[in-house]
Amino acid sequence: MKIVLQNLTKIFPSRNKKVKDEVVAVSDFTFEIPDGKLIGLLGPSGCGKSTTLYMISGLQKPSGGKIFFGDDDVTGLSAENRGVGLVFQNYALYPHMTVKQNILFPLQNLKGKDKLPKDVMIERAYTAAKLVQIDNLMDRKPSELSGGQQQRVAIARALVKMPKVLLLDEPLSNLDARLRLQTREEIRRIQKETGITTIFVTHDQEEAMSISDLIVVMKLGVVQQIGAPQDVYDDPTNLFVAKFLGTPPINVFDGRVEGEKLYIGDAAVLDVPGVSDQPVTVGIRPEGFNIDPNGTFVCNLQNVEIMGRDVSVVSTNEASLNPVIRSIVNSDNKIEMGETVTFSLKSHKVFLFSKEDESRIYF
Amino acid sequence: MADNMNVTLQEKDLKKVGVAQRISGVFAKILCYAFLFLIAIIVLFPFYWMIISSLKTLAEYKLPVPTLFPKEIVWHNYVEAFDAANLGTLFKNTVIVGIVSTILSLIITVLSAFAFARLEFKGKNALFAALLATMMIPGELFTITNYQTVSMFNWKDTYTVLIVPFLVSVFYIYLLRQNFLQIPNELYLAAKVDGTSDIKYLWKVMIPLALPTLISITILKMMGAWNSYMWPKLVTSNPNMELITNGLRNAYSDVSGETNFPVQMAAVAIVSAPLFLVFLFLRKYIMKGVSRSGIKG
Repeated sequence: MKIVLQNLTKIFPSRNKKVKDEVVAVSDFTFEIPDGKLIGLLGPSGCGKSTTLYMISGLQKPSGGKIFFGDDDVTGLSAENRGVGLVFQNYALYPHMTVKQNILFPLQNLKGKDKLPKDVMIERAYTAAKLVQIDNLMDRKPSELSGGQQQRVAIARALVKMPKVLLLDEPLSNLDARLRLQTREEIRRIQKETGITTIFVTHDQEEAMSISDLIVVMKLGVVQQIGAPQDVYDDPTNLFVAKFLGTPPINVFDGRVEGEKLYIGDAAVLDVPGVSDQPVTVGIRPEGFNIDPNGTFVCNLQNVEIMGRDVSVVSTNEASLNPVIRSIVNSDNKIEMGETVTFSLKSHKVFLFSKEDESRIYF
Repeated sequence: MADNMNVTLQEKDLKKVGVAQRISGVFAKILCYAFLFLIAIIVLFPFYWMIISSLKTLAEYKLPVPTLFPKEIVWHNYVEAFDAANLGTLFKNTVIVGIVSTILSLIITVLSAFAFARLEFKGKNALFAALLATMMIPGELFTITNYQTVSMFNWKDTYTVLIVPFLVSVFYIYLLRQNFLQIPNELYLAAKVDGTSDIKYLWKVMIPLALPTLISITILKMMGAWNSYMWPKLVTSNPNMELITNGLRNAYSDVSGETNFPVQMAAVAIVSAPLFLVFLFLRKYIMKGVSRSGIKG
């Protein structure tokens, strides 16, 4: 089922009545989430992504705008009547109940015509448990489970009533690195198997990019860009998005355009046809550098980190806004340790941004 | 060579430290147990005194130098205690008042603690502050106004008058509210998403999680009902409505007004027994509560 957000806005009133400093957590969010897709809501902490999730779940009432599930307006519906599944950051399992009781709990709350006979409930609980591979732990208490297992129980509990929408609030943040990798693939698998429209909040861009069909990048309550992960990475609309996506992060420089040429420092590094003369902020992805003795971009070589397949070249430049420039080149390149390293640039990995509002300047 | 010496020196030091640690550990343990032993004696002595006194003859009880163990064990005191006082009625009254007031009090406490901990309504904090402020007023002041009120209602010599005035305890509400507040907010949100009503959440999640506190409240309330003396004395004059503490006060005096203390002590022992049993039965839940206080989400 598709979900439509229409001018969704959430304003938290200020605590102090005398001082007016209300917080706009989400501002004018309009987006149609296609049916059966996995959406990553991405942004730094405090950008309103969890608030958006809570509004979709019904736990928070929007200050303005509307939410539709399919064609139904659910804006006024409370959480218990929306039929969504929600996995909390700290899982929020009921500590006094066993895994089985936890998973059964949403089913036991169904009323009226939705009410299920007991054996069907147990069957559904076991189906959900099998999906996340915890059907052998059904009689344990949450405190007797590892973090990863608890997280699966939380997902099973959210899935058991076959929700129209599955919402995940930073579901991986409490797991260790290896388990995180494994679990995010599992979330992807479960989502594909069930075909439930899933929205998943994270501040980890790698996590969002790796499993989402679409990502939504937010900053201070305002949506910055929506698109397929690769498109957003390759074609950021502004400096914030460019900086936020990618590991290692994008290299940022002070630069200027003169006569359709891009200058970083005194070196003309790239032709930028159609851009008028102006100072710019330049973003270059780490993979946008070629080691090229004939290049024009000279940097002070600091260190070369061998990573097997790739080589990470750490260098500095006066115009760089980051402490170091990190570029990743193929390990076939022979790098001579010297004072300097000379690059040429791949033009599709170089982005120009306006100095005034950080918006993208296309060339 | 120098390195070697260093190593051996360090080893020696470690050994010394180890021995010192063990000695101080043993010493601390001895002190600790001695202290606990002393406290245990202080706590248990009155009970011991009650039991041995209940087994003495009146003559032995009156000896100027009290004996620590009865010379002659008189079980008959217990029979006499039962015969002399109307213990059956007293027991019945106390049990009815104790159980009914505990149940009603628990319901009121749970619901108001839930409201103060979880619900949002106008003036919640002001109301709670006002309730807490009433704890500053000494109980004796209430007694006078309560007495006037119940006289006006003509409630004297009824169960109602023994139960109703003390149903609401601000202290219990406060205690349980604090306990409820410690239950993470996410559980409430999760339950909402799982489709529960507030009442069902209270019943299925909050009460089980706050069970240790509820049991403590139950014990305190039971003991309060069982031990109450002044209020029942004020509002009952019909012997059929007396509670156990009042009944015991006068039941064992002979014509000359002299009290047969051993028999009275026997009655006290009989009366203490149920409370003691309740405590024994609930003890493991209290301990469970203490050891489970760190709830993991």
